[in-house]
Amino acid sequence: MSLQFDIDWARSDFQLQVACEFAGHGITGLFGRSGAGKTTVLRCIAGLEPGTHARVRFNDEVWQDSSKFVPAHRRPVGFVFQEADLFPHLDARANLQYGLKRVPAAQRRIVFEQAVEYMGLQGLLEHRAGQLSGGQRQRVAIARALLTSPALLLLDEPLSSLDLESRADILPYLERLHAELSIPMVYVSHEIGEVMRIADHLVLLEAGRVRAVGPVHELLTRPDLPLAHLDSAGSIFQGVIVEHDPRYHLSYLDIPGGRVAISRQAGGLGQPVRVRIDARDVSLALKPPELSSITNVLAGTVLDVTADRDPAQCLVRIAIGDRPLLARITQRSVAQLQIAPGLRLYAQIKSVALMD
Amino acid sequence: MIGSLYSSDDLVALWISLRLATLTVLLLLLLCTPIAWWLATTRSRLRVIGEATAALPLVLPPTVLGFYLLLFLGPHGWGGTLMHTLGLQPLSFSFGGLLFGSVVYSMPFMMQPLQNSFQSLGVRQLEIAATLRASPLDRFFSVAAPLARRGFITGSALTFAHTLGEFGVVLMLGGNIPGRTQTASIAIYNHVEAFDYAGAKRLSITLLLACFTLLLLVYASNRRAREATAVPG
Repeated sequence: MSLQFDIDWARSDFQLQVACEFAGHGITGLFGRSGAGKTTVLRCIAGLEPGTHARVRFNDEVWQDSSKFVPAHRRPVGFVFQEADLFPHLDARANLQYGLKRVPAAQRRIVFEQAVEYMGLQGLLEHRAGQLSGGQRQRVAIARALLTSPALLLLDEPLSSLDLESRADILPYLERLHAELSIPMVYVSHEIGEVMRIADHLVLLEAGRVRAVGPVHELLTRPDLPLAHLDSAGSIFQGVIVEHDPRYHLSYLDIPGGRVAISRQAGGLGQPVRVRIDARDVSLALKPPELSSITNVLAGTVLDVTADRDPAQCLVRIAIGDRPLLARITQRSVAQLQIAPGLRLYAQIKSVALMD
Repeated sequence: MIGSLYSSDDLVALWISLRLATLTVLLLLLLCTPIAWWLATTRSRLRVIGEATAALPLVLPPTVLGFYLLLFLGPHGWGGTLMHTLGLQPLSFSFGGLLFGSVVYSMPFMMQPLQNSFQSLGVRQLEIAATLRASPLDRFFSVAAPLARRGFITGSALTFAHTLGEFGVVLMLGGNIPGRTQTASIAIYNHVEAFDYAGAKRLSITLLLACFTLLLLVYASNRRAREATAVPG
């Protein structure tokens, strides 16, 4: 699958000029501040903005250009809106069946029971919107979109109208979809934590323009982009659980370039997981540290050293295997250790957080 | 038993009123639904003109409206000429003319509840339906119409009750012909004119009870609809 679009959208107070191609697999995060134009991009892809000057092309099919406009109901796209708006005159079951009934049987790739199971909706089917919690409503809305067997699933900040608890409740469901279905998704968010947790690729929008496109682990650590300078900046690594240590309540993960320990996990051996390492939890040493309380030490090569927003701090990017690790250390340490690109050193990691 | 309560003329008058009100409701449902939808959703500047025109019968004296309709439908009016060209009888002083007048006169009572309920739908529910593969017409019947149910019920009941009580336009257009254009409200007037207060009372209480029952049903069903579709928060 490939989705290409080129949108030129102007209102009196806002201009959106976005040309981009989305990866045909996995989850693409569309990240930017409120007002950056994320939702408009998503609506253009879905065909909800007729009259916009845009070109949208899906695989070999033109959905929109100067002479053609495929209306929303003819685009094989699932859309999950910010507020989980269920049809209030229908119960959860009829909400789910609404889209399903309108897709020809031959084109259905996901059956009713499967969607109910994926989103954990057993026991909720006879409820109306008013009887469901915000998180439950959003799960029904996601399952409802899935049941149209979309070639592309668009999610517009699906967690932002929910409280923290409901958010934590929904993310595992989305991750499971990601792992078990091959439907590519575009996930709009202004929460870097969500993007770090769920996205594979990232499109960074700034004031109506594309600032950067690439794999999420790369964009998070690129010193020329604002993400690496956030307080919560960090890197993400993909790993596999290789060993459990019941004595110390630890589990070991292999990541490209090393092995790290995390608090003991329930997951079975061989299970792929994603971990996050905050830049402020990384310290650097020229020799392998001895007699340290820090368990996780990874060897790597310095890629670059950049000034941070705080003049006392520097961002150091280190290649661990083929992935970049971000460390936030003081400028004084950079000078004392003479840290420069190409230097081999050891990153001591105070905490590794599991993300799924 | 009913025959002993009402005179045969009164029964015919009630029957004409009932038929008139029912047909007016049906015709206005067909006519107002697309117009109200357009008024509720368009961004065109013509909208205000449409709204003002549709509300005009509310404020015009029935005699003014009846007079213009009489001129329009009469043998020398555009409507009358058109009927003549088509080889049809003129509509003035006939049940058809009465129906035409009722449709015009009661239009705001159907239009405004419909327009209000369409407006309060917002676009989100329809956008969701569109992303769930529903075509525009499908969206109207599967989402907009059920959610605007209160508008349809209120509009139909108000139109029905308003047509039952219509007097001025009927008198101007229909001419009070017993058995053809004499409705119950006109029959009451005739009874009073003839000092037959007992007859006037019987018909009046009938209309009063009919209208009250109808409104009672509407408000009860609106309350149920509100409870069923309420979303907390």
